[in-house]
Amino acid sequence: MLRLKNINSYYGQVHALRNVSLHLAKGEIVTLIGANGAGKTTLLNTLSAVVPARSGEILFQGEEIVAHPPDRIVELGISHVPEGRQVFKPLSVEDNLELGAYLRYLKKEKAAIREDLEMVYSLFPRLRERRKQMAGTLSGGEQQMLAIGRALMARPKLLLLDEPSMGLAPLVVQEIFRVIENLRREKGTTVLLVEQNAKAALSMADRGYVLETGRMILEGEASELLENREVQRAYLGKEKKEIWER
Amino acid sequence: MSGIWDREHECMPREELEQLQLERLQATLNRAYKNVTCYRNKFKELGILPEDIRSLADLAKLPYTTKDDLRLNYPYGMFAVPLREVVRIHASSGTTGKATVVGYTKNDIKIWSNLVARFMTAAGVTHDDLVQITFGYGLFTGAFGLHYGAEAIGASVIPASAGNTDKQIAIMQDYRSTVLVGTPSYALTLADRMEKLGVDPKTLALRVGLFGGEPWSEAMRREIESRLFLSATDNYGLSEVIGPGVAGECPEKNGMHLYEDTFLAEIIDPDTGLILPPGSVGELVLTTLTKEALPLIRYRTRDITSLDYSPCPCGRTSVRMKKTMGRSDDMLIIRGVNVFPSQVEEVLFSIDGCQPHYQIVVDRKGTMDVMEVEIEVTEKIFFDEMKKQRQFLENVGKKITSTLGVSATVRLVEPGHIPRHEGKAVRVVDRRRGE
Repeated sequence: MLRLKNINSYYGQVHALRNVSLHLAKGEIVTLIGANGAGKTTLLNTLSAVVPARSGEILFQGEEIVAHPPDRIVELGISHVPEGRQVFKPLSVEDNLELGAYLRYLKKEKAAIREDLEMVYSLFPRLRERRKQMAGTLSGGEQQMLAIGRALMARPKLLLLDEPSMGLAPLVVQEIFRVIENLRREKGTTVLLVEQNAKAALSMADRGYVLETGRMILEGEASELLENREVQRAYLGKEKKEIWER
Repeated sequence: MSGIWDREHECMPREELEQLQLERLQATLNRAYKNVTCYRNKFKELGILPEDIRSLADLAKLPYTTKDDLRLNYPYGMFAVPLREVVRIHASSGTTGKATVVGYTKNDIKIWSNLVARFMTAAGVTHDDLVQITFGYGLFTGAFGLHYGAEAIGASVIPASAGNTDKQIAIMQDYRSTVLVGTPSYALTLADRMEKLGVDPKTLALRVGLFGGEPWSEAMRREIESRLFLSATDNYGLSEVIGPGVAGECPEKNGMHLYEDTFLAEIIDPDTGLILPPGSVGELVLTTLTKEALPLIRYRTRDITSLDYSPCPCGRTSVRMKKTMGRSDDMLIIRGVNVFPSQVEEVLFSIDGCQPHYQIVVDRKGTMDVMEVEIEVTEKIFFDEMKKQRQFLENVGKKITSTLGVSATVRLVEPGHIPRHEGKAVRVVDRRRGE
């Protein structure tokens, strides 16, 4: 469904992605793990054209999208849930969700938008409870749900999730991950998940990639990456003692 | 009909396969460059970086890896992970001086097991089978590779190990082994012995044979199949790259599917090092795509073969390699053991520093490979006493056995007996070919 070849991107002056190649098959949950500054967020930003790639190919459902503007990419079916939620804090929950369907609103798909709003409310009942509330007054977990809900309002085929678990209580993280799994099961949504919480991400994902200072160093089944000692040491918080001892 | 163990990868559309290969190649290069000094130096010498490889065709820019690289970095210098992440160590058959050490991480073992499970499943092995393994358990990768593959499938493994032919036959009779694993020549040894003991192979439960570790012909396949009443399949591998599990036959028995999601294959001219067009006969060069402990970039296998890219009726999309047709170096495979003529030379030199003319004659007596070493008499090795001469020959024989891992008959011949070719003695006569 998605295929990247030799993507090079810059974050300011920094060469943040060096020749990154990656693919996702339809219905797959793939996770991208790596330390801070490895280029994970840049990769998602490149995919949604927030940070355009300097070189390389991005094929989405067979179509070359590397030069497309962000709105065209949303229209094709790629929705980005950015790091730190980035909800519109002074707006109500429902307004935030409707903004997620902005492009469809222009196309007068009002009835379908209502349906999707219902769908998001049934996925996250807490958003329904707070529909009239200002987004800025929501808890971190609720804001994350809102950010995902807003992305779903564009009816994405591919969902890009940047650190959805960041700063959230474990129970809330579980709830959000459960929703992601349901989305794949029920709607066949393909998911590219960037996570610092590598263990949780790998437990849910089918496959994973490990990014290190802008370079891809591993690709494999999620279960294989969980077994990889280097991944364990660097990203799963194991063997910390050994590192200190050296 | 047999099943397909890993349909997703074995039957992957070529276009998807190429994307996966590129991703894995780039990750392998990044890891090798970062963690293996030998590769970092090789890349620097050529003035290239891992990120210069943007397509599978760019592979041609990369340097070759040879057995010498492994030897120079003996034992662990080519490992890309710290030793504590290595859960298994094997070495190539062959012995002192020529040994190469290979390591596996937990994932490497898992991937290896599943590759072996691919060709075992293709041969018809299922979880209902009893698999008798007659490869020697030890540093050699053959026994453990097949063992883990059979376990991955869920078959019952009988680790009979090598030798003790009568006991092997008794195991087959009593345990009702359904699958035989070993060298093809040993399969024939078993058949011979059964004949002598009056054991009718038809009364055994054998139905599938997985043979490898040495080159064998179609004639030999027919003989094994008709004498042991089983379906005999071929597989290919080499310990440096992973062991068995690089390629294996499907039910078509028309070439071995090379597992291209895990290994990139090229065919080169062994003399010039240039890549040959598809279908050409040349030396097989392999790049590992998943290996963590010992990634190899463009490893020269020294095996001569060709690759067939035409689609296979079995549904697998990978390229098929022909049976190996020989070596691009002087290595001999005798009873599954790799032997280099230079090893014989070293043995002779180590005895009183003599450098006589010698010749290695390999033949097949019945089903067994036999090696004979002929030594031309010189002043240094001329003895008046028969006793001393016998002692000398025994001494050489023992040393050869302990160094090479294969026994040989040693004979003294008259000066000038060994034919010279442009002044150089012909070192090896292999009479096993032309079956």
